[in-house]
Parts: sequence; structure tokens; C-alpha cells
Amino acid sequence: MLAIIDYGVGNLFSLSGALDYLGVSYTVTEQPDEIDRADRIILPGVGAFGDAMEHLADRDLICVLENQVASGKPLLGICLGMQVLFERSFEFGKHAGLGFLKGNVVPLRESIPDRLKVPHIGWNQLKFIRQDDPLLRFTQEGDYVYYVHSYYVRDCADSLTAGSDYGIFIPGVVHKDNLFGTQFHPEKSGAAGLRILRAFCSFPIQEAAIRNMD
Amino acid sequence: MITKRIIPCLDIRDGRVVKGINFSNLQIIDDPVSLAHFYNENGADELVFYDITASFEQRALFSEVLMRTAQEIFIPLTVGGNIRTLEDFDHVLKCGADKVSINTGAICNPAFIESAAKKYGSQCVVLSMDVKRVDGHFHVFQKGGREDTGLDALDWAAYGADHGAGELVVNSIDTDGVKNGFDLELLSKVCNRVRIPVIASGGAGVMEHFAQLFQKIPGVDAGLAASIFHRREVDIQLLKVFLLERGIEMRIDNGTAAST
Repeated sequence: MLAIIDYGVGNLFSLSGALDYLGVSYTVTEQPDEIDRADRIILPGVGAFGDAMEHLADRDLICVLENQVASGKPLLGICLGMQVLFERSFEFGKHAGLGFLKGNVVPLRESIPDRLKVPHIGWNQLKFIRQDDPLLRFTQEGDYVYYVHSYYVRDCADSLTAGSDYGIFIPGVVHKDNLFGTQFHPEKSGAAGLRILRAFCSFPIQEAAIRNMD
Repeated sequence: MITKRIIPCLDIRDGRVVKGINFSNLQIIDDPVSLAHFYNENGADELVFYDITASFEQRALFSEVLMRTAQEIFIPLTVGGNIRTLEDFDHVLKCGADKVSINTGAICNPAFIESAAKKYGSQCVVLSMDVKRVDGHFHVFQKGGREDTGLDALDWAAYGADHGAGELVVNSIDTDGVKNGFDLELLSKVCNRVRIPVIASGGAGVMEHFAQLFQKIPGVDAGLAASIFHRREVDIQLLKVFLLERGIEMRIDNGTAAST
């Protein structure tokens, strides 16, 4: 059972629909015990960074996520759900993130040429930084994925796996140990996105996590 | 870099797509979910659902259609029609829309653009405008293009972009339905004025019109059309190959069924 964390941000129809399509059983929840019972976790997210962190804190989910990640359970953050995995964001002020991965969330506008529009909305091609990443095992380099964002993660060489060109190289996929993230929306990226979700759902669960479920 | 996008727009009334789509076996299909599937498989980069119902009961039906579509279609879905308040906005997002298109609601209450952008983020807010030439100037029209607001279209586009709209749909009433090509003059002026994505609408009749659009106005991000796609006069998959062959970056996808 996969847990989609419902913390009041964004619509989850496409994500749950995509998992239905892939035949993956899941629960949409904000309950710590349900999250604990799950064998893997998806952290979605749309909106502002500060609000998302507040929503997580209000539901006492920060500590829950810390424990889950420490136990070795696979977690996938999508869009803002990926950004909050990093140390801090400079969206409307400065906000601390979950700090599971090294990096900062900064405005695209300050980094890309003037001629390029913000938000970065649309289909962009994936370029691999690391070959053979498990999240991209069904993905071809050059597949198109759907981005919609105004901020991006900088200084994330530590986890950077793939990304797309938009004036600069935009981190699109990050991965370190049991943590995964996509800046784009795999649930909105057609067949290419479904292949990425399928890869996440088939990523082996670590023994530690299995023991925790007993 | 990002591709140009091809977007079919479906007008929905009483839970059915207006006029439906004629398939080669003469069968007319007007179920929005089936048609959304068809376009998804046919390479559409995004879908627009436009609610043209009036009554409360019919809107409930529209919501139900929206929820079913959002669960089954894995490309972005923009929803418009009758969006006047933040509650309307919130409602369609909760039913599965990724972006919400506002038009008359923003004209009646310009502060709506900013309040929606603050609450849901600019990426959710699509400002849609119907534009017509009046005495050599571009004016914004409302109520389905029947009423001149007197607003200057370029000023209105700039106002929207400055106040948080994340995308702009520019529909030319002058070229709409004429099938003689997009309104390049209008689109060029809008693209020079704003730095948010611009979606061109109104006037496409043949594949060549999309090539002209993207080649002559590089600032345009997407081409939107309805009847030419619904009547199968232009096939989206073939259109995208056609554009790709002319050096325009396009996403070629064989659909969900083929590859998972």
C-alpha cells in the first residue's frame, strides 16, 4: 500500500487516477499511523512553499516524515513536494524546508534570461545527469515531461539525476538513497510520466522499512 | 527547451460536448470523458473544458464530468466558464482542474485575478480574453463576445500579467470561425506586451495556419482550436508531425495505451 500524503495542497485526482491506471493500491491520508503502515510515500504539492511547510507542521507531519525517511521507506516528492525536501526556499521570504536533501529553492526569474517566460510552463525534454537511475528505468532520455513552476532547486548536485534546459539547466529529477523528487508533474506527463510513476512504485522497499511494517 | 503546445477546447453543456465529434463511421460521440481520452491518445498537449451551462443543476453535472476526466487523463486540464468568484475557482480545482480560465469574471472584478493568483498561485490562473477590432483599436469583449467593454486589449493583457495571471488565452473574434488563419497582428502585439505564456485562439482552418503562427510569432506558446479538431479536419497527431518537420519543437507521444 502506497500513501499519498494529503496536506491540503493541490488536487490529487490525476495522481490517484494514475496509480489506479497502473494498478497500484494506495491510500490518500494525513494520518501518521496510515503513513507508517504504507510501504512507500508520495508527497504531492502545488502552491507556495511557506504554506506547504505550514500545512505539514499543522498536521504534525514533519516529524512523521523524518521518521519515515530515516526508516528507509521510498518517498517521492512531486513539484512543490520535491522542493520541500530541500533545506530552504526563498519564495516570499525565507522558509526552512524539510532538509532531507542539500539545496536551495530560488526564483527562476533571477537565473534565466529575460526573454524566457516565467512560470516555466509546458513540455520539456529530459536530459540525464546520471545514467541508470531506478526512477528513470523505463524512461528514455529525451522524453517530454510537463513542468509548471516559478522556482527551482539550486545547489543540488548531491541528488541531481536529470533535468531540462530552460535558459539554465533545471533540475527535473533528484534521487538520493530512498528519496526521490520530480520538479515536473509525472501524473500530468502522459505516458512518459506514467512510466516514471511505475518505476517509483516498483523501487525495492528496503529491509528496514519491511521490518517496521511487521 | 519547451515545446509549442496544441490544445483542443471542448464546450460542454448538459454534461455533453456541444456538437460532439464525427468519427469516420458516422457515429457522433459527445461524452466528454471519451473525447478527452481520444485527444489524450491523439497527442493533445493539454485540454480545455469550457462549461457553457447556466443552471445550478447542470453545473453539478459538469463537476461530475470534470472529476471523472481528471482521474483518467494524464495531461493538464484547464477549466473555464462561469468562474466569477474564488469559490467557483476553488470548486473546479477541487473537481480536478489544473488551471482555471477566467474571462468575464475578471472584467467585472479585475482584483479577482490577483486574489486568485495569491491564493492558488499564478500557474493556476489563466486569463482568457475575447478581442475584436473597433475603429482600428483592439477591444476586449465580454458575454461570449457580444458586448464591447471598451477596454483596450493590450492594456488588459498587461494588467492581467502584472497582477498574477500565469497564462493568457487570446481569442480573436475577427478571425474566429473564418478558418483563414490566426490573428497574427493581434498576437504579435500581445506577445510584445507581456512576458507570460500566450495561447492563440481563433482562426485555424488547416495545418499550415499553425506553422504560420509559430514561425511568424515566436512568442506564442500554444495554439488552441475546437471545431477543426472535433470535425477531424485536422488530426492532432498528424499536425504535430507536420510542425516538427518544419522545425517547430513538438512533443510526439504515442498515447498512454501504447507505452505502459
